[in-house]
Amino acid sequence: MIRLTTSALALAIAGTASMSHAAEFDVAITNVTAGVFFTPLLVSAHSDGQSMFMAGATASAELQAMAEGGDISGLATALSGAGAVNAENPAGGLLSPGATTEVTLNTDNASDNTYLSIVAMMLPTNDGFVALNQWKIPSEPGVYPVALNAYDAGTEANDEVLGSGAPGEAGFPAPPPVAATIGTNGTGIDASVEGYVHIHRGVTGDADTEGGQSDIDLSHRWLNPVAKVVVTVK
Amino acid sequence: MTIQQTSLILCAAAVLTACGGKDSDPEMATFEVAVTNLTAAQPLSPMTLAVASPDWSLFELAEPASVALEQIAESGDNSALLAELEGNAQVMKSISGTGIVMPGMTATFEISVPESDLDQASLSAVTMLVNTNDALTAVRGVALDAIELGGSVHQSMAAYDAGTESNNEFAATIPGPAAGGEGFSAERDDSDRILVHPGVIGVLGGRADSVLGEEHRFDNPVAGIVITRTE
Repeated sequence: MIRLTTSALALAIAGTASMSHAAEFDVAITNVTAGVFFTPLLVSAHSDGQSMFMAGATASAELQAMAEGGDISGLATALSGAGAVNAENPAGGLLSPGATTEVTLNTDNASDNTYLSIVAMMLPTNDGFVALNQWKIPSEPGVYPVALNAYDAGTEANDEVLGSGAPGEAGFPAPPPVAATIGTNGTGIDASVEGYVHIHRGVTGDADTEGGQSDIDLSHRWLNPVAKVVVTVK
Repeated sequence: MTIQQTSLILCAAAVLTACGGKDSDPEMATFEVAVTNLTAAQPLSPMTLAVASPDWSLFELAEPASVALEQIAESGDNSALLAELEGNAQVMKSISGTGIVMPGMTATFEISVPESDLDQASLSAVTMLVNTNDALTAVRGVALDAIELGGSVHQSMAAYDAGTESNNEFAATIPGPAAGGEGFSAERDDSDRILVHPGVIGVLGGRADSVLGEEHRFDNPVAGIVITRTE
């Protein structure tokens, strides 16, 4: 379910409704981490009342599916059903560390779609995701850089071992080329489900590729921000 | 998941002429302040909020912490800072939270300021990440007169290292529930400068004598604040 954020408590940039809007704009997304991959990105221009998540609140089932397995279909359907303009998977697969993808969104036919949100799962993590949440799209033509942080969906324990991408199942998926960067046979970190969306505390990892506490490697660590977005309003 | 902590102060004792009149009550501007803890396992000590002149600053980065700030950073105790704020002519209002703000929770406050004083009203807030040696998070000097009626501003809150206590992560020196150790100590055995916090390491991160687990780590922002003008 897509959460309606009418509350002033929403951790979002709430503003007064704007009469003018940006009809067409480019969104360039760069993965600025050293060793984390982004699964297919969902880029959405939507109205004031829509959001994919709220920090401090429980994740929706659609957000959980994205954060644990990279499946953006539920979020995309819910947003487009409410009139949003989406770009799905602009990178055509995983966005590697250091790589950039660019997409043009045109909201000509829906003048309410003045907010931009972006999400993708971060691999290898259990339920970590990169996000831009309810960013007001400027109406003035210009080039606008934004830094994106990593969130934890709070739906899966961060055990850091290879496992499943299905919602509710332990471990993280590792499609190629992620598989080649991770360890195996980790004993797993004793972590628990947090229960609410929050800023990700990072991964622990270890230097042991054939065991140890984690299948995540030290090369997969990050600090915020994890992505750079440049929005060009034409 | 919201804790209501309402503290409505109509007229601070220390201040301005507009506050005294019996005949004509001043027009008040009212704000709701909501602070959300965005960490996995770092409870925040009771918040301290101050509405003060833009010329006043809670602290300066790369400068030593005041003793009052050190007390919050090392023990979460804000009584010394509250006393300082009440005695400071540049501070219009000070508010203390009534309890710990747990991870994922939101604490809300209501603040009213005479409209005529709004151009001199900027909001600061500070609290401790209690499962650390001396980590703070804060916002400093958000101009309230820039917020239109019905509008709001959102700011991310970073973690700072008060620099007053070594980040040894020992059980004996961390006061939060992860350790139950000592709070404030007058000794300063760290950089003695307030800087952006480098994060905690924990046992799994490689510090074998740390009392902290991987869940106590954090990244920025550690909290978010939304200030909404409601009247």
